[in-house]
Amino acid sequence: MEPLLRLLEKFGRDTLYHLTQVGRMGIFLSHCLAQAVRPPYKIYPVISQIHFIGARSFFVIVFTGTFTGMVLALQGYYTLRQFGSESLLGSAVALSLVRELGPVVAALMVIGRAGSAICAEIGIMRNSEQIDALECMAIDPYKYLIVPKILAGIIAMPLLTFLFDMVGILGGYLVGVVLLKVSSGIYFQSMYDSVVWQDVHMGVIKSLVFGLLIVWISAAKGYYLHLDRSGGFGAVGVSRQTTSAVVLASVTVLVWDYLITSIMM
Amino acid sequence: MGEEKPVIELLGVEKSFGSQKVLRGIDLQVAAGTTTVIVGASGQGKSVILKHMLGLVRPDRGQVMVLGHDLARVSGRELKRIRTSFGVLFQNSALFDSLTVFENVALPLRERTRATQAEVRDKVMEKLTFMDLQGAEKKYPAQISGGMQKRVGLARALVMNPKVVFFDEPTTGLDVKKSNEIYRLFHKTQAQFHYTAVIVSHDVPKIFKLADQVALLADGVIHGCMTPVEFQLSPKPLIKAFVEETMGPIYSSEGEEATIE
Repeated sequence: MEPLLRLLEKFGRDTLYHLTQVGRMGIFLSHCLAQAVRPPYKIYPVISQIHFIGARSFFVIVFTGTFTGMVLALQGYYTLRQFGSESLLGSAVALSLVRELGPVVAALMVIGRAGSAICAEIGIMRNSEQIDALECMAIDPYKYLIVPKILAGIIAMPLLTFLFDMVGILGGYLVGVVLLKVSSGIYFQSMYDSVVWQDVHMGVIKSLVFGLLIVWISAAKGYYLHLDRSGGFGAVGVSRQTTSAVVLASVTVLVWDYLITSIMM
Repeated sequence: MGEEKPVIELLGVEKSFGSQKVLRGIDLQVAAGTTTVIVGASGQGKSVILKHMLGLVRPDRGQVMVLGHDLARVSGRELKRIRTSFGVLFQNSALFDSLTVFENVALPLRERTRATQAEVRDKVMEKLTFMDLQGAEKKYPAQISGGMQKRVGLARALVMNPKVVFFDEPTTGLDVKKSNEIYRLFHKTQAQFHYTAVIVSHDVPKIFKLADQVALLADGVIHGCMTPVEFQLSPKPLIKAFVEETMGPIYSSEGEEATIE
């Protein structure tokens, strides 16, 4: 009987802990949104964060986008050839990129590069009392620290996704047209015929949502570092929270990818 | 203390973290323009008291009256307004690593006022000069010594001319020379800006030289809040034990152990 009670107790404790975490994340986002619409509006911190999240992710997006497009073309070509449909290669590459892989893989790259950095930065600021210092100086930490990052995430993510799609299509062109000798005109014509505005729309919506999710989860994990039940302080605490932020953000992006797709299809 | 209303008044403040009861009914008054030093062994909750006064932590029971407001009951906006009268020097200075010394000190002016660039520059340079930090304004916190970081922290705490300044272990991690420098600057700035000071420290007996009143925190309760001389000569067992542990026994000129009732 006693082991069962202990198990129940643990289950109850874990449930309460996770519910508290969810509530805390919700409060965090509501504070950020409230501060985002409250003046004064400062442009420079947002531009600086767009540079950090967006411009500094340029090369990683170009590399991953190119190779994703190349492998899509390679796989797509040999699959389509079995049905004599190589002419649909451009369509297969573009639709996969614009609807799914562009937003998702770009988001996963941004999580690894910028999301982890955001979590670690805010976590270290929490550890070293810099966030307390902001509060004591009557400076709202949400407004000063988090809002520029969230706005930058929402702005940068669609641009990075667009870049990913473009270089992915070019990567597909390299493999499909240059290496496997599919006609260049057919590659682009099939793309033109099959990709419709709704596909682009879906990609844009996804990237906007992913931009918000990545920064929200990463920043909140760092911000609440001190409230983590596994003992948040110190370098180990920062590393643990950063890992947790990357995992949670990645899983959340994939879940939301499914939800948005199922709503918009 | 006079008849003036205290700037800070803690009434029966209790606070627990999980099952651990840290504060068990704190009563403390801080009069305007005075310096109150809170001493006690490590882990007794001195910084927790400070965090209550700053509105960073809410008490489970009791009142934290600061500048006439109960911090446990004010709205977020009101708390922010009250905090515009605060300056804080944190234990590890809490400077922003990505900002230069100048930008750190300028931050409250840039975020809270509509001062022009020239006004910000004048005010920041005035405070940096006061702290003997000319020439360091373009350096980052990681490029300056611990003592300089404390001075930058003090400059930032004072740049808005606050009514109350809180010091959390202001000399922790500093050598004797640098500690003395911080105390000298404390004297100099308080004489010039007339702020009320609350200092949490374990740097006994040096810290007594700065204090108008000393409060000992032990077992979650304040044991006596008195002048440094009264504190050092107090017959109360807990205070006497603390003084002896930190300073050795106090003797009168006749060579007998001295106390005052």
